[in-house]
Amino acid sequence: MMEITPAHYTILSAALFSVGLIGVLVRRNIIIIFMAIELMLNAVNINLVAYANEVGNLVGQVFVVFVIAVAAAEAAVGLGIILALFRNKETVNIDEMNVMRS
Amino acid sequence: MAEALAFYTLSVLILGLAVAVITTPNTVHSVVFLVLNFLCVAVLYVFLQAEFLAVIQVLVYAGGIVVLYLFVVMLVNLGRSPEEHQDPRRLGLIGLGLSGAVLLELAGIIAYSYAREQSPPIVAAQASPVQGNIEELGWLLYTDYLIPFEVASVLLLVAMVGAIVLARRES
Repeated sequence: MMEITPAHYTILSAALFSVGLIGVLVRRNIIIIFMAIELMLNAVNINLVAYANEVGNLVGQVFVVFVIAVAAAEAAVGLGIILALFRNKETVNIDEMNVMRS
Repeated sequence: MAEALAFYTLSVLILGLAVAVITTPNTVHSVVFLVLNFLCVAVLYVFLQAEFLAVIQVLVYAGGIVVLYLFVVMLVNLGRSPEEHQDPRRLGLIGLGLSGAVLLELAGIIAYSYAREQSPPIVAAQASPVQGNIEELGWLLYTDYLIPFEVASVLLLVAMVGAIVLARRES
């Protein structure tokens, strides 16, 4: 209990991932859904860093750098799409975003 | 003892802030909770001896991505809450149940893998010629992972061009 093992970090990561998943599946605001996806990416990063520390090499941390780069790209393009959609349909509710052309 | 105390405090903060992000009705508050969440994760990285990633977490996530979110939240400011329009075919409770199922599944996997016989710890493949977290990370990025690194930079360039094209106002 007092000693912190990688299992503790794995459990924290699993719980954070599930919170993000609940956000993606339950909320309707598309910006909140994007933030929940960032939470899930963070959960994965915690796992990678914890195990990189445990096995004593830095390859896990290299992967986290790539995950952060992809998350930045995803946020930029995703938010651009949200802006374009908002201009067309005046909504951020995913239940109303059900047409490809308008 | 001190490490355990810090870990549990940070865990409670991270999970509590994550729940706050997805439950707050106001989107701006949600973004603020997200920044605090990222800062707590950065502190966790410091405990895990990943100082460079902690700095990157603060600079890129808390400084860059979240500011982008804040701009978009302000640009798409709505008079009405997006939760007002409810699709009757949408089943939020099933989503909640599925998320709970995934959590149980992950817990089962963790319990199973730790109940099994432990495999011997993997030792570092080769001794790095440099010392220190940032130096070693840089060494790996520019030797073994050079091609993924270049591909990631091209991806960022493509994403930048794509975001500008998507967000441009059509005249």
